[in-house]
Amino acid sequence: MRSDTVLWIAQRASAAVLALCVTVHLLTIVYAVRGGLTAAEIFARTRGNAGWLAFYTVFVIAVAVHAPIGLRPVLTEWLGWRGRTREWFVAAFAVALLWMGMRAVLVVCR
Amino acid sequence: MSGTLRVSVWRGAVAGHLQSYEVPRHPSQTVLDVVTHIQRKIDPTLAYRYACRVGMCGSCAMTVNGVPRWTCRTHVDKVAAAGRLELRPLRNLPIVRDLVTDMRTFFDKWERAQGHFEGAATKTDDFARVAPDSPARQAADAGIECIGCGVCYAACDVVSWNPDYLGPAALNRAWTLVSDVRDTNSVERLRAIAGDAGCHACHTHMSCTERCPKHLSPTASIAGLKRAVAKAALQGKL
Amino acid sequence: MKHVALIHRLSGIALAVFLPVHFWALGLGLQMDAFLRWTEQPIVKFAEWGMVVLLAAHLGGGLRVLAIEFLDWHEWQKSLAAAAGAIVLAAGLAFALAL
Repeated sequence: MRSDTVLWIAQRASAAVLALCVTVHLLTIVYAVRGGLTAAEIFARTRGNAGWLAFYTVFVIAVAVHAPIGLRPVLTEWLGWRGRTREWFVAAFAVALLWMGMRAVLVVCR
Repeated sequence: MSGTLRVSVWRGAVAGHLQSYEVPRHPSQTVLDVVTHIQRKIDPTLAYRYACRVGMCGSCAMTVNGVPRWTCRTHVDKVAAAGRLELRPLRNLPIVRDLVTDMRTFFDKWERAQGHFEGAATKTDDFARVAPDSPARQAADAGIECIGCGVCYAACDVVSWNPDYLGPAALNRAWTLVSDVRDTNSVERLRAIAGDAGCHACHTHMSCTERCPKHLSPTASIAGLKRAVAKAALQGKL
Repeated sequence: MKHVALIHRLSGIALAVFLPVHFWALGLGLQMDAFLRWTEQPIVKFAEWGMVVLLAAHLGGGLRVLAIEFLDWHEWQKSLAAAAGAIVLAAGLAFALAL
């Protein structure tokens, strides 16, 4: 099964990337949340900042790969969903995450 | 230790019920002793399996208080809290009757995983030289003692969620062959064990490793298969 | 160990459901402040804390999987469940203290 092998490799590779992104994200959250959160405070840090733009872009792409592949076996093992329609749903979820995620990145960082 | 055990035993097949028996308790008593007492002294209609009764054959595997075990190697003192035992056949296998399961799917999956050796040498060739301390041979040796008892298969959640899943024993055997430098069937075998029904379906619950009576680790073997399949795929061999 | 794996799966599902909502909220731009005021309610704060804990749990569980699949087999790998748990506790505590 070549396709399953490719998915496995993609899942582990994106997991490694996310291990770094999530660690940074958790530290950022704990720092940012102190004293309350406002849009202005967030944007003061992120708007026009190429570093955050790059970071969150990588984060979104990794998530768009990782989350759908992760859900895939759950759909089969717990909902009995198999075959073509499952693959289409998983792909659609990936596209949706990429779209919504990049939209959010551009609003927050550009 | 004297007294009585209250033992609930599964009777029937898919449709069935738990039947209660009272069994005298003795020191150093095993669960196999208990089942044998029931069948010989109380209820001769009870069906169950055993053979060696000394922890070598794996025939006596069944579910004891929710956990798959070899009954000949399970002391009653270790599992009968408050003097109660519940005995059921192994999980994930069709029930023939009472405590006896149909192990055909278990062995069919062994074959589907290409769990047999294929060599190229003939009797006129010299012996193969395999260094016992080579990493590949150590990897094979770590899993080679499997006697096909089915405890890991019964313990595995993925087997119960996905009927196609080859399962820990078949995959463990495939790994010992993938690690065998004399075997010539590696690529076909890697193709057979990859995918949703193969090694990629293992979610490292490690119930197999926790329950294996021979202390093997199918989880480690399956991790080895995952790496081997990925490597073969990246090298364009699959 | 299977409970660690189950927490990893359940937290993954929760995160997968949460992410579209998260991306939508971030995409609100300056209108986010109205949304952020809504999040000041204690029950929402609790849910946010829950999501942080689930993210840390998923990270911890994921590191365990990567260790088992890619590192040589050692007995200490059985303690990975404990390591995963430690990460979760640390994250949950840090977030709660920061609020």
